[in-house]
Amino acid sequence: MNYFLTDDQKMIKDLAAQIAREKIAPIAAELDESQQFPWDVVKTLAQSDLFRVFIPTEYEGLGGGMFEMCLVVEELSRACSGIALAYAASGLGTIPIILFGNEEQKKKYLPRLAAGEILAAFGLTEPGAGSDAAGIKTTAKPDGDSFVINGTKQWITNGGEAAIYTLIALTDPARGVRGSSAILVDKDHPGFTFGKKENKMGIRASATRELVFQDCRVPKTNLLAKEGMGFLVAMKTLDQSRPGVASQALGIAQGALDKAVEYSRERHQFGKPISAFQGIQFMLADMATQVEAARSLTYAAARSIDAGEKDVSRLSAMAKVFASDTAMKVTTDAVQVLGGYGYMKDYPVEKMMRDAKITQIYEGTNQIQREVIALGLIKESVRGKK
Amino acid sequence: MKIIVCIKQVPDTTNVRINPETNTLVREGVQSIINPFDVYAIEEAVRLKEKHGATVTVITMGPPQAAEALREAISLGADDARLVSDRAFAGADTLATAYALSCAVRHLGGDAKAPAGGVDVILMGRQAIDGDTGQVGPGVAENLDISHVTDIRKIEEIKDGRIVVERLLEEGYARIAARLPVVLTVVKEINTPRLPSLKGKLAAKKAEIPVLKASDIGADPERLGLNGSPTQVMKIFTPPKPGGGKKFTGEPAETVGAFLTELAAAGITIRKR
Repeated sequence: MNYFLTDDQKMIKDLAAQIAREKIAPIAAELDESQQFPWDVVKTLAQSDLFRVFIPTEYEGLGGGMFEMCLVVEELSRACSGIALAYAASGLGTIPIILFGNEEQKKKYLPRLAAGEILAAFGLTEPGAGSDAAGIKTTAKPDGDSFVINGTKQWITNGGEAAIYTLIALTDPARGVRGSSAILVDKDHPGFTFGKKENKMGIRASATRELVFQDCRVPKTNLLAKEGMGFLVAMKTLDQSRPGVASQALGIAQGALDKAVEYSRERHQFGKPISAFQGIQFMLADMATQVEAARSLTYAAARSIDAGEKDVSRLSAMAKVFASDTAMKVTTDAVQVLGGYGYMKDYPVEKMMRDAKITQIYEGTNQIQREVIALGLIKESVRGKK
Repeated sequence: MKIIVCIKQVPDTTNVRINPETNTLVREGVQSIINPFDVYAIEEAVRLKEKHGATVTVITMGPPQAAEALREAISLGADDARLVSDRAFAGADTLATAYALSCAVRHLGGDAKAPAGGVDVILMGRQAIDGDTGQVGPGVAENLDISHVTDIRKIEEIKDGRIVVERLLEEGYARIAARLPVVLTVVKEINTPRLPSLKGKLAAKKAEIPVLKASDIGADPERLGLNGSPTQVMKIFTPPKPGGGKKFTGEPAETVGAFLTELAAAGITIRKR
């Protein structure tokens, strides 16, 4: 299938694929077991300029957009989506700075993020606020030139590893979600500590920690956008980043499909390779069809964002839902194609199945995504009737 | 500091075919790569540049398509590249190749009076995987009348016109100091080459790769190509595989016994201690 990539996009895709093949695939199983954060791979990605692809040229990026980021995430995720997440989650943490940062904030952080010297993270979820993101309790009380932050953010990817965090907190709790603001917090800020590293089902090479704030005082110059715009910053950021999760899911699905096809040609039963049996062929055909459909939708969403489309919520939610459901289905089928071997840790597909599950859950559960899609449909219909 | 890395484009396989009439490699349909040992030389040059500040120029002697290898070298961090290419170079053996490369080095150094034209370090892989001679490095050094050290596994320091290196031996290594300029050939133990960077690839795409002809580098035509090559390849052939042998498979407890029985049948006995 021809997706009309430019020469530069092909170059990005090929380089990411090379890193996935040479530097990620060989250590994927080991890091899944040890849960070690992939700093060596991060260094390789940095040296290869891959952190630059979605950052504007004024800040030492290469001036691409979400589509370029998605190409990288997809290729890395084919080998290990847990390792790829160090990159993708840093992208998620970088987006609010690109979208809402003022000149000074951009100059301070983007060149270092572009160089891959530091990683970013995004902190919205709390113990009591998941799908209901408006229910956050963390406060950032204005006090003179500072905000004083108190509260706990939960399950933050790159938590403890990233150097810069975009945090959504209530600067005016009385106004609820309209009183929320987005604030940049550096890792070494006094009053900012981390909880223990979570022990997860999948994406185990990624770091997931609590962010704990106890009278953490940050200067008001760390405010992104304006006070009261926190929820908007979060929603716009997630609209942009969802194709990133979709491409992570897509990469997992493609990786599992590749393994299933390869195995089906090698595995002999009843005197033939199992790829000669229609039962297997039909499974592989369906898997491949779903992967290609997920790719088309994911690329379309990322390209719409980069083209400056105004309302991308629905399309980016569709990409996230479809690609993540595809990843779950295709990895489950890949384990089935590999049979007993697929269930064993000696083969990579059981890991891919465990890794796939999170893509249906994080950055907005697929149920919430469907709500976003349906609300968009209904709003459009109402507007059309007027 | 001025560094020149000499590389060679080679076929990417050990299964190359040989044209039986000309005794030369059939290059069509075989992907070309930078000679793997030369990739370590490029990496080491880029590391020297990062550490001491330097310009890294990569050169290769070869046909026009060898420019691709030079572009790849730029994507790996080299500053620029020159293609040493001329019909006059065709058919060169290691002596004529070393002569032509030494002329190119002196030319690129730009200072006719300085040793090696003012180039400080000339790096290359220990040998090319197609010819496997390992002669070109020392040959370049002899032509430039400077020192060389082969099989370098580490560059310890460069200071005050002096370089200290570790040379890999069959057992252990030798620590050697040499005066600059110097030719060094490297072994794969010296570093882990980085992957290309996007900036490097973009630069490689845009890079102009000037061609140096025999007349540009002031080479004596009598010492180039076939004219300057005293060696001739008479025959290239694949050595026959050692035949025979018998493989014993199964549990060691059984195979060892079977093996000893076989040996005994052949009149070979093993004395018990």
